[in-house]
Amino acid sequence: MFSRREFLMAGAALSAVAGPALVGQWSRAAAQQKLGENDLLDFDAFGNVTLVHVTDIHAQLMPVYFREPSVNLGVGAAAGLPPHVTGADFLKLYGIEPHSPHAYALTSEDFSALARSYGKMGGLDRIAAIIKRIRAERGDNTLLLDGGDTWQGSYTSLKTNGQDMVTAMNALEPDAMTGHWEFTYGADRVTEIIDELPFAFLGGNIYDAEWNEPAFEAYKMFERGGVKVAVLGQAFPYTPIANPRWMFPNWSFGIREEDVAANVAEARADGAELVVLLSHNGFDVDRALASRVEGIDVILTGHTHDALPEPVLVGKTLLIASGSHGKFVTRLDVDVQDGAMKGFRHRLIPVFSDVIAPDAEMTKLVGELRAPYADELKRELARTDALLYRRGNFNGTFDDLICQALLDVREADIALSPGFRWGTSVLPGQAITVEDLHNACAMTYPAAYRSTMSGETIKTILEDVADNLFNEDPYYQQGGDMVRVGGMGYAIDPGQTMGNRISGMTLLKTGEAVEASRDYTVAGWASVNEATEGPPIWDVVEEYLTRNPLVQLEENRSVKVAG
Amino acid sequence: MNINRRQALGLSAGAVAFAATGFSALPALASAEDADKRIADFAGGKTPEAGKLTLTAPEIAENGNTVPISVSVDSAMEGDDVVEEVMILAEGNPNPDVATFRFSEASGTAAATTRMRLAKTQNVIAVARMKDGTTYIDKKEVKVTIGGCGG
Repeated sequence: MFSRREFLMAGAALSAVAGPALVGQWSRAAAQQKLGENDLLDFDAFGNVTLVHVTDIHAQLMPVYFREPSVNLGVGAAAGLPPHVTGADFLKLYGIEPHSPHAYALTSEDFSALARSYGKMGGLDRIAAIIKRIRAERGDNTLLLDGGDTWQGSYTSLKTNGQDMVTAMNALEPDAMTGHWEFTYGADRVTEIIDELPFAFLGGNIYDAEWNEPAFEAYKMFERGGVKVAVLGQAFPYTPIANPRWMFPNWSFGIREEDVAANVAEARADGAELVVLLSHNGFDVDRALASRVEGIDVILTGHTHDALPEPVLVGKTLLIASGSHGKFVTRLDVDVQDGAMKGFRHRLIPVFSDVIAPDAEMTKLVGELRAPYADELKRELARTDALLYRRGNFNGTFDDLICQALLDVREADIALSPGFRWGTSVLPGQAITVEDLHNACAMTYPAAYRSTMSGETIKTILEDVADNLFNEDPYYQQGGDMVRVGGMGYAIDPGQTMGNRISGMTLLKTGEAVEASRDYTVAGWASVNEATEGPPIWDVVEEYLTRNPLVQLEENRSVKVAG
Repeated sequence: MNINRRQALGLSAGAVAFAATGFSALPALASAEDADKRIADFAGGKTPEAGKLTLTAPEIAENGNTVPISVSVDSAMEGDDVVEEVMILAEGNPNPDVATFRFSEASGTAAATTRMRLAKTQNVIAVARMKDGTTYIDKKEVKVTIGGCGG
């Protein structure tokens, strides 16, 4: 029955993609790989509570290609530790065979070739099938928790103000969620959705800005398998800084570590035997938090889009990283006895869309949600010779394309594109559709501005963003990646301090140094400032693609990483 | 090498923050010295201890024009264990004085919340003086950032 859904690592796929040099490796990999649905989902149930975690789906209802980063530097105490391990080092650390399905799912190594063999990942109907199977096995012992960044990131989510995701997720019946990009639909819309949500939207760190008091439910108590489980919600602490505060002016965020500690203590006093933090802090922030706040058994991390095949243990706290864009579902079985976690069994389930049979009801629902937009979603804008992807600390090819479009269409010297970690990949030789483009830029403040900035201002921006990414103290990190720069090269030393990381700013078209006192024309998008003017970024990129129907990209060598 | 760099960093944190935001480094140093002088005056020349006093402030300000902060002192507020004053300073503002809260036995607890304006990334400092003259200090760096590129 599952034969159709097993990977057939046969000659057909092999010869279609790999050159002669790879044949040896591929043959070996082929002999070793034969993966079926049961291989992914068979799980020897353990203990009395099963936590199922999805996070950062970014509105991807359908299976996607998503290349993990090849560069993800850690600083300070996190240097060299997961999730700051990539590529071959990652495979070695976790004992994963190169070119295996897990290697494809978890790293960027040979991505384009492996993507053709192993196919797309994710899809809410596959996720639904996994969840249904777990619930069938575990019944009332199960908690489904969504870490947020669920409602934003696609054409259809933008057109429906997040409703497509709300409708689809409601069908999955989560027990709780928290948020980040959710808030970019504006306070009114967020309130409207939450009022109707049939499960808890938790955020102990969201305050009423005027009264400086909690504005959201901090935690909810559940009883599962005879165990009292407290789930605390932690929204992205820097939502009003990384995203437009004017869209939700009455909400204040922050890490608020002292509140987390107080809520944990309150939940314990209230009888909680298992304390779970459903977090959108970002992995390094959660690692620091786990070392500073006692009494949290499990942190379900999010925001930084890391996928780790094993939990990271900090003191007595398990940190779980479940990836992004629907690529993975985490199942964590825990055994709680006498008010304490005695053991666990964990699996990061890679959602191979060709292996896991979709849930028919969810396939139908997703189809209905997308139907009104079907023609536009598949409209082809251009073809690409290059692999388009976003993840990486300093650049991604999709951002190279966006920056090129900004320089060209907006006639600028320098282009700035935010270092978002969401956005799917397009394989070499594929068409770039409206859906692909929107997966990289669908958001509620898309205006592509054009303005004049001094060299000094540009350096200040780069230093500011670099400190948000590379500050040695994780509590000062905002997640995301370095702002992408077009038309200008620079050098960066991540280990330096604020103001001292960026050097060698050079205008690429002339090779001249960028002067602090000189003004430059800068085009960018996604400004957090209210009333930013300009066409939406997708129109800018579409105009560029119309003029350049075949995307060919040189390797981006304009950022030199020092130190 | 690393350790040296970190030590250097710790000593010059205020100046570094200034350089980054494009201000001259001179007023930063002057203001940090102003803050030190106020602490010395407040503490009667003694070096304030860590502990008892907790300053709560955001790591990164959402709006530098109105940054909420709280102070609380672990004190019975009776007998000798009474907080008399808590002073709050913003080391990097043109004028470091933010507020001074006065307490007595009648206060019941020594806790206060206010909002302050921060010109740029800097240390916010709270110093508490007890009835017996003991002083406590807590400090937190609050970043004032441009924002806009996370996600």
